Amino acid sequence: MFEAFLTIVRRDLILAIRRRSDIFSTLFFFVIVVSLFPLGIGPELNTLRLIAPGVVWVAALLASMLALERLFSADHDDGTLEQMLLAPQPLFILVLGKVTAHWLVTGVPLVLIAPLLGIQYDLSTQALQMLLVTLLLGTPALSLIGAIGAALTIGVRGGGVLVSLLVLPLYIPVLIFGAGAVEADVSGLGAQGHLSLLGAILILALLLAPLATSAALRVSAE
Amino acid sequence: MLEVADLECVRGDRRLISELSFTLSPGELLHLHGHNGSGKTTLMRAICGLIRPTAGKVFWNGEDSRKLGEDFSRDLIFVGHKDGIKADLNGVENLRVACALDGVSIDEKQAWDALERLGLRGHEDLPTRVLSQGQKRRVSLARLLVHRAPLWILDEPFTALDKAAVDYLQTVIKNHVEKGGMVILTTHQEVSLTRGHKKQLRLGWKGEGDV
Repeated sequence: MFEAFLTIVRRDLILAIRRRSDIFSTLFFFVIVVSLFPLGIGPELNTLRLIAPGVVWVAALLASMLALERLFSADHDDGTLEQMLLAPQPLFILVLGKVTAHWLVTGVPLVLIAPLLGIQYDLSTQALQMLLVTLLLGTPALSLIGAIGAALTIGVRGGGVLVSLLVLPLYIPVLIFGAGAVEADVSGLGAQGHLSLLGAILILALLLAPLATSAALRVSAE
Repeated sequence: MLEVADLECVRGDRRLISELSFTLSPGELLHLHGHNGSGKTTLMRAICGLIRPTAGKVFWNGEDSRKLGEDFSRDLIFVGHKDGIKADLNGVENLRVACALDGVSIDEKQAWDALERLGLRGHEDLPTRVLSQGQKRRVSLARLLVHRAPLWILDEPFTALDKAAVDYLQTVIKNHVEKGGMVILTTHQEVSLTRGHKKQLRLGWKGEGDV
């Protein structure tokens, strides 16, 4: 079972390395969206500091959603999804493998580059650290929740728009607690509560999303 | 033993298959006939469990295949219209990933051997993206050589293959049936068996199967 999980993770990572443009398009999208705001709003440092967590988090949501479309559709097109459905392995393990690889490829680069982008907003070291922690907790949850939407829309024309309509509302709690933790930390209220809730969302998503995604895949594959 | 009982499948608003029953015992090959759109693929996918039939059941060794779940899929290989291989992986990688998912672990050498036997010598380490349609098909079919599953469900396995590959695949299928395996296939080629039993099933407009 664990073998199958590792096989899928390894396969998807090899595929991602051989097709690097996919990784970079998501990352550059994130960098550009975050960088546009200081340019549009102007060099007012107080305003920038205020909006920074929200902007970074919204950009992370959009970037992770951008990458969702490819999560299952490529497997559906070349028939490997069919073989995964027929593999003598629990489907949610395979789904978990796919989501893990997806997060490593699209989520981790965002997390790593976010502190660098935060400098544009004149964020303090403390705020940058907190931003890193919230993204580290939040982006896996985004990948897990997004997988449900991606699974429901495979084989649907114009699936990309549909995915955003399905998934963005579900992202809202992650956004609120993610951005809220940074603000709370900066204002001295302490981010403990926000972080706990973010962790709870992640655990819940880890338990439930692969099962929901598996069910959605079975329906979509018919 | 595979037993299909009163199977009914509806696609869209058309009833493709209704009240279809047959059994397949070890050492038997079932050749599905029928014009385009008569429900051959639907039937195969329903037996695999990819499609939920509207009525009826599929039994594997006397037990409901839906309840068996993974125990049923372990005994089954399905080769569909799509090759089920990744264009950016080479033949060996594709074969090893497919086998690992099926719970069969093969080493690099076994994978090379299987691909070589299917006439892919010299192409094993190329990304399958650059292979021809027939060569991709061969990579996909290489699973049959390393797998030990008793039930093969092959949907048009000969498509895009050249004459030599067709002959070889026929031998592989023949050997499998002779060793007590079960095969369900659709094809326009004639498959001859020296031993074992061959059944024919014709799917038609009425949707009634006669074995």
